[in-house]
Amino acid sequence: MSLLNLHLKVWRQNGSQPGHFQDIEAPEIPDHASFLEMMDIVNERLISKGEDPVAFDHDCREGICGMCSMQINGVPHGPEKATTTCQLHMRKFRTGDTIWIEPFRASAFPILKDLMVDRTAFDRIQQAGGFVTVRTGAPQDANALPIGKEVADAAMDAAECIGCGACVAACKNASAMLFVSAKAGQLNSLPQGQPEKDRRTLGMVRQMDKEGFGNCTNQYECEAACPKGISVRWITKLNRDYAIASVKEAFGNTPKVAGGGD
Amino acid sequence: MSLNSNIPSGPMAMKWSKHKQDSKLINPKNKRKFTVLVVGSGLAGSSAAATLSELGYKVKCFCFQDSARRAHSIAAQGGINAAKNYQNDGDSVHRLFYDTVKGGDFRAREANVHRLAEVSVNIIDQCVAQGVPFAREYGGMLANRSFGGAQVSRTFYARGQTGQQLLLGAYSALNKEIASGGVQMYTRMEMLDLVTVDGHAKGIITRNLVTGKIEAHAGDAVLLCTGGYGNVFYLSTNAMGCNVTATWRAHRKGAFFANPCYTQIHPTCIPVSGDYQSKLTLMSESLRNDGRVWVPKKKEDCGKAPDQIPEADRDYYLERKYPSFGNLAPRDISSRAAKEACDDGRGVGPGGRGVYLDFAEAIQQFGAKTIAERYGNLFEMYERITGESAYKRPMRIYPAVHYTMGGLWVDYNLMSNLPGLHVLGEANFSDHGANRLGASALMQGLADGYFVIPTTIANYLVGQKPGSITTDHPEFKKAVEACTAQTKKFLNINGKRSVDSFHRELGLLVWDKCGMARTREGLTEALKRIPELREEFWQNVKVPGSGDFTNPELEKAGRVADFMEFAELLCLDARHREESCGGHFRSEYQTEDGEAKRDDENFSYAAAWEYTGNLSQPTLNKEPLTFEEVHLAVRSYK
Repeated sequence: MSLLNLHLKVWRQNGSQPGHFQDIEAPEIPDHASFLEMMDIVNERLISKGEDPVAFDHDCREGICGMCSMQINGVPHGPEKATTTCQLHMRKFRTGDTIWIEPFRASAFPILKDLMVDRTAFDRIQQAGGFVTVRTGAPQDANALPIGKEVADAAMDAAECIGCGACVAACKNASAMLFVSAKAGQLNSLPQGQPEKDRRTLGMVRQMDKEGFGNCTNQYECEAACPKGISVRWITKLNRDYAIASVKEAFGNTPKVAGGGD
Repeated sequence: MSLNSNIPSGPMAMKWSKHKQDSKLINPKNKRKFTVLVVGSGLAGSSAAATLSELGYKVKCFCFQDSARRAHSIAAQGGINAAKNYQNDGDSVHRLFYDTVKGGDFRAREANVHRLAEVSVNIIDQCVAQGVPFAREYGGMLANRSFGGAQVSRTFYARGQTGQQLLLGAYSALNKEIASGGVQMYTRMEMLDLVTVDGHAKGIITRNLVTGKIEAHAGDAVLLCTGGYGNVFYLSTNAMGCNVTATWRAHRKGAFFANPCYTQIHPTCIPVSGDYQSKLTLMSESLRNDGRVWVPKKKEDCGKAPDQIPEADRDYYLERKYPSFGNLAPRDISSRAAKEACDDGRGVGPGGRGVYLDFAEAIQQFGAKTIAERYGNLFEMYERITGESAYKRPMRIYPAVHYTMGGLWVDYNLMSNLPGLHVLGEANFSDHGANRLGASALMQGLADGYFVIPTTIANYLVGQKPGSITTDHPEFKKAVEACTAQTKKFLNINGKRSVDSFHRELGLLVWDKCGMARTREGLTEALKRIPELREEFWQNVKVPGSGDFTNPELEKAGRVADFMEFAELLCLDARHREESCGGHFRSEYQTEDGEAKRDDENFSYAAAWEYTGNLSQPTLNKEPLTFEEVHLAVRSYK
């Protein structure tokens, strides 16, 4: 194990007040530590000096809860492919490096404090149709509905999305298409999701627009930044599903859109 | 005080059916008048909140994360058990029930476990209907894998992310109910206290983690679905935010805390690498289906590269000691065996606290592609953390705190001794005895939330006048004032040490004295040290910032303050239980070959501790455990 001496440039901000970069020296950081453990060490030192520690979101620290965020050197979750910030380790950096640390930036993700942002827009999109309407206790035996392995595997590929928002932060338009397409795509590609497919698609896409996410211009920064490697082909599928649902709606063939307590 | 577990009469296999028949009903029009507060949004909380809302109750659901979907159930990897017998390998409800009681080392309540096994099959049906993408075979049927402590394949899984997929399923059901207006969701809200009125749980106090506002919420019943207390050890596989506050605060208001000493140490975690470490990462137990556990036979080989150690010089100790279960021996047994090997000086890796989990044979037999399909994400995770590839070199693993079987005492209705307070999932004590089998936590969380509480809560509510207690009641004002005062107190101490430094010190102490092996002497020492540390914490902790804004240090301080108190009860319970069973191993009580030695004559009871106001002198209440179906036997996996 070796120790790294790092220069950090960390975004500091209180709520809606203007923010700024603060220079923080981070000497003697063990290279086995994770990025968030490096932040813990930095905070511990700030506290002992009587300064305000850096606020950041984190919880499981094993790459699955989707709570950690951070733009590291301009890239959501940092330089490692398919890796969340909490799983990024300091051995990927060199002593003497300057590291820029910012929050995920998007107008639909308002900054709460320092590196913490509000991602509840994602919840509201899910509430607008990201489910199968089935009440507890009603279903048939699980094996009464055979689902081909290829179909189940594809649905699982989409379902791996952890809802962290890196796709939005990576996109120059702050589009949420990768997230929405993965969530809608999982259910839209399974037999259980067919009855509500059109409702779901229209509901989720419209909520996404309402939240202020930008448009997708097919440059696929989102896929490159996604810590779970969600493929942009889900966006293609969502566009297709949306076109079909819109046409049906125009001809009056779609039930009312889900969400909003209808 | 005598404890009434309210177990229905009649034969074991008929109890739950009978209880459902006998349970009270509330008509749909009246259900709308009742408000249920659900704290926590993991598998138990989300599934309960969604289902109660479907039934017509008004539900308020709270979580401290920024989204309900991030609760720590999301991190469960391996799978969920269900007695479907899709494999035709002899599984049945009775066998799952039997395995769970035996796996829990005969310290669980039989009737609860039987119910768990019964509803396990409904869970799978429910999840599939929601669109949970479980693994499937080419013919479209659901696939299964084996897990520790069972000789049948009854575990359903979604790659290495079963907890994630089940939670996303429950979260989608919750979203459906939020959209319909039945559930009001409160995110970034932490429960600080329980409010009781005339001995009944009627509300909670929360802190808004964004604005700092301390608020009161009243309801007709409270459900705690707040998970376990593994973070008392500081290092564990739990998420950073997991805490004991909700259950501990309820305990201080009168709810009995049962069997805190039953803690589970998971055998397959990535070893500790340094003192900056903030958490430990689990490698799913499912890896033991194909991986072989070994250490060098000779101490002098420990420093060698593993491929330089010939087959004859390797000790596949689980296969040697437990030939019929081999690498799939239950968690407590596998963990202790790893500790023994390392205590014997044959551990590998930094500090000698590690054993190998070797996939070379499985890769040779099935090919790297198949192994990647089964465990790809786990291998990747391992490589990210350690910088080593498990395809080329055996993984290094070591046990770590993972799950806590103890929790608030509940009766058959999942209600604690405090009327109105219901406790679900890991937060209660009832189903896993002294040791939980793999893939049973997800089963229990969802069983409690989807299928048990929706029936049993009516038995309490039917006797209540809905909405009779509001936040205007003086008890709420009192509780808000107490929480506000505690916040101020933290901010005014202005000491020298960070919250984390106290937490780390407490964790090391508890791990050392109340971890994988415990002794009367060690526990007595811990019991002396914990109050001293607690005292120092209240004198010398430094909590920067203010109370009326986002302040992660303040949040941690509140949680650690409760861990400081809880740790004492944990050690008291461990010292009082003078036997070894499941996850509780007292070195004084072991067989000649080092296995746990139970004392059924004196300790066949659940220890339900009552808060007295004096932390070092809680009152012990006992719920005797009787075994009608499963005969008490020495648990053998040989």
